Amino acid sequence: MVTNVFANIFGSSPVRPLQMHMSKVTACVSELTPYFDAVLSEDWKQARAIHKEISKLEREADKLKKQLRLNLPKGIMLPVSRRDLLEVLTMQDNVANQAKDISGLILGRKMVFPDELGEKIKEFVARCIDTCVQAETTVNELDELVETGFKGSELQVVESMIKKLDKIESETDKIQVNIRAKLYKLEKELPPIDVMFMYKIIEGIGEVADISQRVGSRLQLMLAR
Amino acid sequence: MEFADVFITLAIIFGLFMAWGIGANDVANAMATSVGSKALTLKQAIIIAAVFEFAGAYLAGGEVTKTIRKGMLDNAMLASSPELVVYGMLAALLAAGIWLLIASKMGWPVSTTHSIVGAIVGFAAVGIGIEAVKWAKVGSIVASWVVSPVMSGLIAFLLFLSVQKLILLTPDPLKNAKRYVPLYMFLVGFIVTLVTLFKGLKHIGLHTSSLQNYSLAVGFGVLTMLFGYYTISKIKIDPDADRDFHFTNVEKIFGILMMVTACAMAFAHGSNDVANAVGPMAAVVSISQSGVLTQKAALSPWILVIGGVGIIAGLMMYGKRVIATVGKGITDLTPSRGFAATLAAAITVVIASGTGLPISTTHTLVGAVLGVGIARGIGAVNMRVVRTIFMSWIVTLPAGAFLAIMFFFMFKGIFTS
Repeated sequence: MVTNVFANIFGSSPVRPLQMHMSKVTACVSELTPYFDAVLSEDWKQARAIHKEISKLEREADKLKKQLRLNLPKGIMLPVSRRDLLEVLTMQDNVANQAKDISGLILGRKMVFPDELGEKIKEFVARCIDTCVQAETTVNELDELVETGFKGSELQVVESMIKKLDKIESETDKIQVNIRAKLYKLEKELPPIDVMFMYKIIEGIGEVADISQRVGSRLQLMLAR
Repeated sequence: MEFADVFITLAIIFGLFMAWGIGANDVANAMATSVGSKALTLKQAIIIAAVFEFAGAYLAGGEVTKTIRKGMLDNAMLASSPELVVYGMLAALLAAGIWLLIASKMGWPVSTTHSIVGAIVGFAAVGIGIEAVKWAKVGSIVASWVVSPVMSGLIAFLLFLSVQKLILLTPDPLKNAKRYVPLYMFLVGFIVTLVTLFKGLKHIGLHTSSLQNYSLAVGFGVLTMLFGYYTISKIKIDPDADRDFHFTNVEKIFGILMMVTACAMAFAHGSNDVANAVGPMAAVVSISQSGVLTQKAALSPWILVIGGVGIIAGLMMYGKRVIATVGKGITDLTPSRGFAATLAAAITVVIASGTGLPISTTHTLVGAVLGVGIARGIGAVNMRVVRTIFMSWIVTLPAGAFLAIMFFFMFKGIFTS
């Protein structure tokens, strides 16, 4: 077999795999929309099916994560620091893990949310997914950044994307506060243990947005040099 | 001289063998970046390589050939026994050719230049005597092997920074690409012509003054630039293609530039590396014909033609596969980066050729790729491969030398019974 210097001198670029991983994560998180539709209408058969799908996507993301880690041996010169890159990857992966945890917990306890909260929770989930999608959009700019050597107008484009990501995330925080206040008013009439777990789930959904935002912050660290 | 015809025949056979190896491996490497960045198809690359390799060898290859032919050996010491030089040069050709073949089969990134220099120094130092080697000259050659990758790396780094500043980092890269890419083409035409002219084209009967050199170089540069403007105006800009990756159309324009740079690279390679095969061949032929060593005869054109034919044959028979493999392998090299790397390497090699220093095109190109990588322009560079290249650099010299010494004593035994 003909082997050649030039085929080998270019290590496999981590950018494309990182983007593939993020798109898998977004696909996984996006399943939360139909999942909460099913949960709120107490259709447990449907919810179980979607939870299975979420777990499957999370496992696939895990696989991509491992592949990328194995493809970044020490002897590779990258345009970004290895540590930042691996941390972005870990953050991305945590988003998917979070989605799986929430859906698993709800399914396990067959949690029923008070009707008054239904619409608000749907809105909350939708907005948290938006954060994840925005994080994906930002990660998708990485190949353009490599092209420009992490400088210039492309850098500004990415920075404004990160800003938008932060903005969406702070919106989710406000919705979260709102939902908690509503639940607080209702909590006396509900079984206490159920209420505890409801708080936990609300916090968990908020985490999806939080970690997505952290993906953006890590990207910013990559750029700030 | 006794056995003159035998020597000349052997020189031609071994020279063809060596040139074939150069074409199969080295030229393929030089052209791979263009095919890899999809600026050229395989067929175009082979045609360009054939034409410009030959032009480079013929127009600008004289100095390096001279160095290889007699620059490294102390002629005064060898004048009494010219037949030893004939054995040695034949041995060097055969040794370098065989070493290249082994290395290509094993996938070691060795340099043709390193193997031939190692072989010549080897046979001279062991077969004739340590004093037969002009160590100062050999020292400067070895130093140039260190300097050339560093220099091409630096040029590539600066070129890529300028590409960033002028085109990629601006709000409208497409407009600026159309404006500035022809200027880079001017640079390619200008530098290559200038270096070639300053070295002199006396051997094809062209005598030029400095002023004429400059004006000719500017003329060629402008010609290249006009070609660039024309070709770029022909490109179809597809706004839809930019949706996923915003630089698709910009890269199309750089693709044209890459094509021009590939020509320059082939020319540069021809001017430097063809000498590796042609130099020893020329030495054997001139000594066999005249029986004397210090002969001022010019390089016969037919020897160059043999070198060119060998290289093109190697490229078509075997190099095609190398280019194809590499072409698929390099996905990370877009035309804008490939151009910076190739042009930097081409400039370095042409300058080295002008001063008669045989350097390794492959290693220079690797240095240039690293330069672009350091400018944070390449997604990932595998440093292990860079280490392997460095190791093969060190191994090739003794390997070439050892084989050459073996063949030297073999030829000596056969012909001096």
